[in-house]
Amino acid sequence: MLPGKVGTDAYLSPVLDIDGVSVDRLMRDFGSPLFVFSEQKIHSNIQSAKRAFSTRYPKVQFAWSYKTNYLDGVCKIFHEEGSWAEVVSGFELEKALQNGVDGSHILFNGPSKTKEDLQKAVRLGVYIHIDNLDELYLLSEVADEESERPKVAVRVNLDAGLSQQWDRFGFNYENGQAWDTLSKIVEMGKLDLKGIHCHIGTFILSTKAYAVAAEKMARLALEVFQKLRVRLEYIDLGGGFASHNTLKASYLGGPDVAPSFDDYAEAVASAIYKVPFKTSELPMLILETGRALIDDAGYLLSTVLSNKRSATGRRYTVIDAGVNLLFTSFWYDHKISPAQPYSKYFEDVTLFGPLCMNIDMIREFVCLPLLNRGDHLVIHNVGAYNVTQWMQFITLRPNVIMVKRDGDCSILHEAETLSDIKRKECL
Amino acid sequence: MKMNDNIAISQSGYVFNPQTGESFSLNPTAIEVIKLLQEGKSRDEIAVEMTSRYDISISSFLCDLDDFLHLLQQYDMMANE
Repeated sequence: MLPGKVGTDAYLSPVLDIDGVSVDRLMRDFGSPLFVFSEQKIHSNIQSAKRAFSTRYPKVQFAWSYKTNYLDGVCKIFHEEGSWAEVVSGFELEKALQNGVDGSHILFNGPSKTKEDLQKAVRLGVYIHIDNLDELYLLSEVADEESERPKVAVRVNLDAGLSQQWDRFGFNYENGQAWDTLSKIVEMGKLDLKGIHCHIGTFILSTKAYAVAAEKMARLALEVFQKLRVRLEYIDLGGGFASHNTLKASYLGGPDVAPSFDDYAEAVASAIYKVPFKTSELPMLILETGRALIDDAGYLLSTVLSNKRSATGRRYTVIDAGVNLLFTSFWYDHKISPAQPYSKYFEDVTLFGPLCMNIDMIREFVCLPLLNRGDHLVIHNVGAYNVTQWMQFITLRPNVIMVKRDGDCSILHEAETLSDIKRKECL
Repeated sequence: MKMNDNIAISQSGYVFNPQTGESFSLNPTAIEVIKLLQEGKSRDEIAVEMTSRYDISISSFLCDLDDFLHLLQQYDMMANE
């Protein structure tokens, strides 16, 4: 029964399988809730992104953003596809090395590099992206101690015309901080200046912002060559491309507003070509996009635990996946599909997770068919950030599996057990 | 257990409550339940009747029926007895 005069029919396709493997079978074999990644989708996403950029610009290198999803099984696919690793901590650096990535194919961002991190990075020939002057001077000390000439890039923040300018990371372009730092590095003579890096923000729906950033970065690279006589190997535009998720309060759905890789590539390449580099001297373009490459390759399968009515008569449905697993539900209205055939009658529902916490709400308003206890749901576009930001809280974290291209399924990350948790307790 | 006399229900399941001005759409199962209510059937009698018509257990049906009856009360469509 639905209030309203428009009627109750609505259409939403049930998702019965993921890459040909039935959702019922996946949940029977691996439990509920369950994260599922599609190997096929990851390959096709990175291939599309590479095609979009490499058909417009001669030197393009993708670097997989470890913090977006650092499950080894996921990272290795990106590395198979030629992506370098982009890491932001000593932990991630070690993970990339253990995944077989050569130090010369690792970009080390992040504002919190320790001396030990820097020592390791210098020894391995990692590209170190300098965030602040303290780090620069610490790295200078390390260079002396190690008798090495570390490969570095300078992190630059800039005004790309966005309403919120990110200026936390790196040195500002407009007020001259970035130029001062670049000059200082060249003057010091101890570090091998290889590039400049910027990251204008996250979930950026404006291709124009990338065009502004790309042109400013290209002009800065040219200026470094003309005035400091250092030819930079690369311009790194960071990440931030939007996925097809729908931001909360967005009027239009994610798929309607997210630019395609071609849109981003066209904006970036056209902007760099405005700067008068000789063709043979164009810097390599590095992209660290994470979310747009992995979000739609990840699904969270969940089971309905119960239904109830709110004080005002609203239908509440409780499922076994909460915000402890789906951190991104705080800023997205995730698309949710039933995983079994259903009648044509729908009702507005508030979808809660299983935690005994009032904040555990997956969707505040979603129109779903009438679900019963035991029915299954598929939550879409969960591949980015959830399996890195998830919490062991109240319940244990579930299996994460991958459906491979040949239809086989393998566990990427085993479900936690109580003994996993207790093993770390000392008293 | 009785619905308010002033509730208007069409054959297609369109419901209008003149007291609140709200309108609702019923699905076919709800229409059948309303008809049984209008015939003066009790909760248990409705459950027996409906489970004889459809392949559903009593407990499952009662869960949905109670939810529906609560909604009717919530929307001020049931008579005070």
